[in-house]
Amino acid sequence: MKPERRFHDPERTRALAKRLGQLVQQREQGFTVMEVCGTHTHSIAAAGLRRILPAGVRLVSGPGCPVCVTPIDYMDRAVALARRPETIVCTFGDLIRVPSSESSLERERAAGADVRIVYSARDSLAVARDNPHSDIVFLGVGFETTMPTIAAAVDEAEREGIENLRVLSGAKLIEPPLRALLEDGEVKVDAFLLPGHVSVILGSKFYRFLSDEYGVPSAIAGFAPVDVMLGLCELGDQLLGGTCEVANLYPRVVSSDGNPAALALLERYFSACDTRWRGLGEIPVSGLGFRPEFEHRDAAQLEVEVCAAIEAKGCCCGEVLKGMIEPPECALFDKGCTPETPVGACMVSAEGTCAAWYRHERLVLECGS
Amino acid sequence: MREHDRILLGHGSGGRLTGELVREVFLPALQNPYLAELSDSAILPELGAGRPALTTDAFVVDPLLFPGGDLGYLSVCGTVNDLAVAGAVPQSLTWALILEEGLETETLRTITAGAARAAREAGVPIVAGDTKVVPKGKGDGAFAVTAGLGIVPPGREVSDGALRPGDRLVVSGPLGDHGATVMACRHDMAGDALRSDAAPLAGLIAAVFEAGLRPRTMHDPTRGGVATTVFEMAARAGVQIELDEAELPIRPAVSAVCDLLGLDPLYLACEGRVILAVAPEEEAALHALLADHPQGAGAATIGRVIESESRGVPVRLRTRVGGLRPLDLLSGMDLPRIC
Repeated sequence: MKPERRFHDPERTRALAKRLGQLVQQREQGFTVMEVCGTHTHSIAAAGLRRILPAGVRLVSGPGCPVCVTPIDYMDRAVALARRPETIVCTFGDLIRVPSSESSLERERAAGADVRIVYSARDSLAVARDNPHSDIVFLGVGFETTMPTIAAAVDEAEREGIENLRVLSGAKLIEPPLRALLEDGEVKVDAFLLPGHVSVILGSKFYRFLSDEYGVPSAIAGFAPVDVMLGLCELGDQLLGGTCEVANLYPRVVSSDGNPAALALLERYFSACDTRWRGLGEIPVSGLGFRPEFEHRDAAQLEVEVCAAIEAKGCCCGEVLKGMIEPPECALFDKGCTPETPVGACMVSAEGTCAAWYRHERLVLECGS
Repeated sequence: MREHDRILLGHGSGGRLTGELVREVFLPALQNPYLAELSDSAILPELGAGRPALTTDAFVVDPLLFPGGDLGYLSVCGTVNDLAVAGAVPQSLTWALILEEGLETETLRTITAGAARAAREAGVPIVAGDTKVVPKGKGDGAFAVTAGLGIVPPGREVSDGALRPGDRLVVSGPLGDHGATVMACRHDMAGDALRSDAAPLAGLIAAVFEAGLRPRTMHDPTRGGVATTVFEMAARAGVQIELDEAELPIRPAVSAVCDLLGLDPLYLACEGRVILAVAPEEEAALHALLADHPQGAGAATIGRVIESESRGVPVRLRTRVGGLRPLDLLSGMDLPRIC
């Protein structure tokens, strides 16, 4: 079997599920595991893993989908910038359909705004070079995974004297919401399944606060079915053995120290700041903003009139993001809120919890199995 | 013509430049007696026995040229295939172009040669055409619009309504090659391993009927890919279909592009594949035929019609690990992932 398919091996996945079943039987209250990252939510759903999970293992989705945690006022400002003359908004594709208070980037584009989908921040540098008389605004949404690539684009713009590239930072840090969730106490999580790709940047050491300060087991895992099941078995072992550590089950890409070069680049242009999260509200020192000396790169400095933020009535994205409810428990799920006509951000991104449920888990609901 | 290496607005005016384009680009490539008349309508021979089938299609592919094809080749294949999967024997095609001022004439020649090659391969003449030119910035290089006329001979009728529980769904080759190739081109990721599967299927489908096989229904999984095509098939027929992930023929290069760009190969367009639904007793004979046909390489049985459950979704996928998930219609564009 080719190395990259090894982690998709159905036999191994089912064998691990069986082992997990033996583990969970030994714990009366079962295991509640939060998969922190949207990529895990999506890959668990796409592989149909929930159907083979043993009874007693409960997976709840965490706050790790960048589109989902982006608050509505960020989208309102992005829409206002898109309406600004001589402005080109460059964005990752997922954001284009996220509803703002009164519009969306998709609707603004249809109405004539210049909104372009790019695959990386660096693509927006090319747009900046080709359109020297326009302001290029890149919508910088993401966690520590994505932000170094945005810092690298800014770095290139600085070095090459490309003055018309700015970033509207909606950057988020992964540690503060995990602390907030644990301290909040509303959600009872036994253990965390941690995202492989953020860990490539941060390193496994970074998560020690989970075990050291909160006594919660965690495991860093990749995204293939075998990876996920290995992660869950590891967490089961820790819970039953009464141990508590940050297990790195993705050593083929995640090191203990992460990527110091990427972190240094991030550090050079950005510093931690307070920021708002959809569902979680304002969390101190949980985002990244431009350092004062790079204010000229900050698209939030461009003056635009931003409408008052209006959250959609009945939308439970907040509760979903905190793992308090599962998507079908929201009154709007599949009743007015679908990937076609999303009301909340969790229904937009493929990695959003509601979209993953809508696309992949409805059958489980309908068959009741 | 030689003095114009780019398309000018005048090439669409119906005047002297249009005449040059027709004489020097279109006629030599597409030559056939019906087109050569250059009259307002092509007058065709009488149609043989059977019911006429008429289809139309528009093509806006970006980029215009890609490994394995081009706008012209794609547009003719797409039209021929729409006729063929309806059980029709294609008779004649029309081919109209909307060009953007400034398009390189060489590109137009390539596209036209592509259309001519596809028509030749399918054995169908392009009997009428038209060209319009829009100002620079008002189009995207070139768009093509086609119509296709065919005849469904007696005994070759197919219909989604004929689907029965137990029927097998067989696809004639690997999935997603066209969509993955075009997406890879857009992101400068195209390599030798990726090539559009665009091809006219009329010959393959004729061979199926000539072998005495009677497919219940056939579809070409173009826009929206296999997932969308099978969903529509199931919804129209009022049946449920289960696809088996482990059986889906997907090339490693296509998987790789999908992983990188966050795409699902089940939703990527194929332009030279047909999904045939056959009764279980015809499955083996169909595979034997496909194995011997140049366009049947990599064919696979990917699913089956199942007994309906009252609250079931039209299409479900049995995942490799044995899970089940619904396959839905695509919502909006297929959006790239962001982290």
